[in-house]
Amino acid sequence: MAQYQLLMQIMQLEFAALELNLFLDTHPDCQEALAQYNKIHQELMQCKHAYEQTYGPLCNFGFSPNTGNYWKWVETPWPWEIKY
Amino acid sequence: MWVYEKKLQIPVRVCGPNPRLASYIITQYGGPEGELGASLRYLNMRYSMPTNKAKGILTDIGTEELAHMEIVATLVHKLLEGASVEQIKAAGWGSHYADHDKALWWENAAGVPWVAAYVSATGDPVADLQENLAAEAKARAVYENLIRLSDDPEATNVLRWLREREVVHFQRFGETLMDIQEYTKQKKYY
Ligand SMILES: [Fe+2]
Repeated sequence: MAQYQLLMQIMQLEFAALELNLFLDTHPDCQEALAQYNKIHQELMQCKHAYEQTYGPLCNFGFSPNTGNYWKWVETPWPWEIKY
Repeated sequence: MWVYEKKLQIPVRVCGPNPRLASYIITQYGGPEGELGASLRYLNMRYSMPTNKAKGILTDIGTEELAHMEIVATLVHKLLEGASVEQIKAAGWGSHYADHDKALWWENAAGVPWVAAYVSATGDPVADLQENLAAEAKARAVYENLIRLSDDPEATNVLRWLREREVVHFQRFGETLMDIQEYTKQKKYY
């Protein structure tokens, strides 16, 4: 359950970042959106770091660490298999 | 370059097996207004866009549409999970089962396969952005049809969220179109 809550938090932060990203694509000089984007980036990175230390990598190709002595990428459940 | 993130954009739940609803929702996987076509339409248009802003929005919305394709795939997969062949047949999706079992496939709700002709690219940035506005409006309309067809409240929540995204994309493409029109006007004085 703790895993689900952390994942939900990542989903929410990442969605906020994505929305700000699209907004900034068409309003690149909006200082308020830029400040919010950078703030959310910080929070998102902290959450992802905490999640990956305990539950395994979120991203492939070197964007996430692999802790422990097994390649967790092929161990953790795939997105369409998770029972939310 | 793309990097995969091992998570959905939003959580996807369904109330139980529902092959009939799956047979309708599959159109947003591989139908004319579906997420595959949307993603490929935008990512493909980037190469003929004159401004960095337009290339940026097409990259980012094209990438988000790929995440939506994964959400739609998960919906169909979960609606078929645990469904018996009898249930699939009774739901009128025996024709899909004959060719694909419970595998996903890019087709519309009538089983017609996805074709590249669903996607247009003229090389004219104004015409292409107007195509995108129409595409977003049509995708929104199809999600509204699916919401009316849905008898699964959990699936309806996901469809509502996807519908909302099409509204935001429409807005951003509208802003991009105005920007490109401004850009092409200025270019005449060079
Ligand atoms: Fe869209």
